[in-house]
Amino acid sequence: MRIIKDKKIIDDDWSLVRDIDSSAPLPDGNVILPFMYWQENRDALLKQNATHAVWIDGDIETEKLVSYLEYYALIALDFPVFKDGRSYTHARLLRERYGFKGDLRAIGEVLRDQLFFLQRCGIDSYQLREDKDAEDALKGFEDFTVCYQAAADDVVPVYKSRR
Amino acid sequence: MYKYDNYDQTIVDERVAQFRDQTARFLAGQLSEEEFRPLRLMNGLYIQRYAPMLRVAIPYGLLSSQQLRMLAHISRKYDKHYAHFSTRQNVQFNWPALETVPDILADLARVEMHAIQTSGNDIRNTTSDQFAGIAVDELEDPRPYCEIIRQWSTFHPEFSFLPRKFKIAVTGAVHDRAAVKVHDIGLFLVKNDAGEIGFNVVVGGGLGRTPFIGPSIRPFLEKQHLLSYLEAILRVYNRFGRRDNIYRARIKILVNDLGKEEFTRQVEAEWNHIKDSVLKLDQQEIERMKSFFTAPDYDQNAAEDNSFEAAEKSNKAFATWVKRNLFVHKIAGYKAVIISLKAPGIAPGDATDEQMDHIADLADHYSYGEIVVTHDQNLVLPNVKQADLFDLWQKLSAKHLATANIGLLTDMICCPGLDFCSLANAGSIPIANQINEKFDDIDYLHDIGDIKIKMSGCMNACGHHHVGHIGILGVSKKGEEFYQLTLGGSSENDACLGERLGPAVAKKEVANVIARLLDVYVEQRQEEERFLDTFRRIGIKPFKDRVYPKQPVKEEACANH
Ligand code: SF4
Repeated sequence: MRIIKDKKIIDDDWSLVRDIDSSAPLPDGNVILPFMYWQENRDALLKQNATHAVWIDGDIETEKLVSYLEYYALIALDFPVFKDGRSYTHARLLRERYGFKGDLRAIGEVLRDQLFFLQRCGIDSYQLREDKDAEDALKGFEDFTVCYQAAADDVVPVYKSRR
Repeated sequence: MYKYDNYDQTIVDERVAQFRDQTARFLAGQLSEEEFRPLRLMNGLYIQRYAPMLRVAIPYGLLSSQQLRMLAHISRKYDKHYAHFSTRQNVQFNWPALETVPDILADLARVEMHAIQTSGNDIRNTTSDQFAGIAVDELEDPRPYCEIIRQWSTFHPEFSFLPRKFKIAVTGAVHDRAAVKVHDIGLFLVKNDAGEIGFNVVVGGGLGRTPFIGPSIRPFLEKQHLLSYLEAILRVYNRFGRRDNIYRARIKILVNDLGKEEFTRQVEAEWNHIKDSVLKLDQQEIERMKSFFTAPDYDQNAAEDNSFEAAEKSNKAFATWVKRNLFVHKIAGYKAVIISLKAPGIAPGDATDEQMDHIADLADHYSYGEIVVTHDQNLVLPNVKQADLFDLWQKLSAKHLATANIGLLTDMICCPGLDFCSLANAGSIPIANQINEKFDDIDYLHDIGDIKIKMSGCMNACGHHHVGHIGILGVSKKGEEFYQLTLGGSSENDACLGERLGPAVAKKEVANVIARLLDVYVEQRQEEERFLDTFRRIGIKPFKDRVYPKQPVKEEACANH
């Protein structure tokens, strides 16, 4: 799948499983599973797979993931609609408070004009909404060269540079 | 006032470029209407009844003369030669064409202005006391903190897609002139027992459909923790505020649903994680911000002038204006002058390009080049020497800017209503006109004295009707415009919400009903009582009885408060 990672367009091999269909087997290879499913089937999955990834939406509190972070290579945060901003907080908490070092990926309604904010909250890969052009979206990272406040990136608040 | 440096200027310039590009993509069909909507809203651009409306931020209401001239220029070049000052100390243009908005923003950026976050579900312009810096009852000037909040909240990456809009107000005065308790966050500068100054933090006030007076969740917050505490509140709200129902999405609902104690507990828990982070303000930064808001070089002998008193004695019209339109200044011999934008026949809060240019010139000449927008949609020249008042008054009169009605019945607050706003149920400007026509006897108005009439064209309450001494809310009944009246509201220290008078009244009756309410007041008032005081003493019943004489006993049975 074509995604944006670290401000570059790349192909990666994670496939996102939005809903679990209990009658069908999981796809082969690296899968991003719904967190609730992963949690319920944890023991089996841990035996079976070497790498793990889950996705959450705004309803699932990051605190629920904390004790499993070491297992995850990737956590995907869902933006069901553009204006649902809960995952911005989730991203910052996972990065800044719980020290998650793996890939944090934005999925769902992910559009160019959010990317600047998303990257500042610690998200590093993006699966754009299907109809959107990734080349065009890359420009979104360049919107601003100055930020007033600190976030999950390494920006120092402007006032500290003013001296 | 605050002066941009390279960092600030870069941010607004880059914002102009970003919005120019977004507009171009929209016009080229690369962004759908739905995708463009949140982007333009974050820039204060609404699509209104007849044309877009652009709201421009005036941080805590403070303008330089150069900025006011730019607003005049914009109204001339891109609009219909006027601008509308709002109750949130902002300014609105009602007729710009969408394609020209990026150019307007570029013009604004040249004078250190912008439209960032003047709409949308984000942190809006921080408002403050219109007499900040000059009021006698001020503990400390709130504006340095407003500017600190402005910078922190501008393009905050985590809080740009909140459940709903978010408004913060700060005051440093004893007397609350900024309606602080009806904001999402209200900050009062207060002194603790040790004599240190910090903030009393009030959260979850608001008007709209479900009005609340906000409770205090932390009576004393040290200044250094201002931003970490705000961030903690916003984070709790961003995570747990409701997103399923637009009418239940403001923080006031969350505070109310969780209860003050539980909400406070969550905020404090979050705050404990971040209070010692990079958000902690150091004294050096606070001092730097304060250095932008120092007092001008006042004339220490200003009070020795005698001409002012003489003019007051010899000119009745001037004396009347002096009585209503001045505000006490902390420096003897100086006054703050309130310029009424409520002349009869004018939509409350409107100023023409010519008037704005004129006021800018007067500000340069008489008031160190600064102008403040008030919550009542008037303008203030904060630092005028008493010796200059008579000249200034004459010059204001020449452009219809000396209406002596500040605080009177005709100094109404009024939202744009049906004339401009696509959400409106009913007109508000026509009601303002009706009231102006009915009450055109200056002596009567002065006899009635202080009274606040506030009008909104729908439940969104942009005209703050709940906190008017008389509140007027436009409703629609079978497509016809009706008006629901409330009595006894206040947005000041004694903040409270108005009580419903009775069934909504027909459009043509509004001014007549107000006349009847005023009759009751005139008959019942004691000594120096204002309308609000009389109302509080005698209750709503006498007013009800006068307006709805044919509904006797039933009403009383339900007045159970
Ligand atoms: S109160 Fe209603 S009608 Fe008036 S400006 Fe606000 S949304 Fe529009």
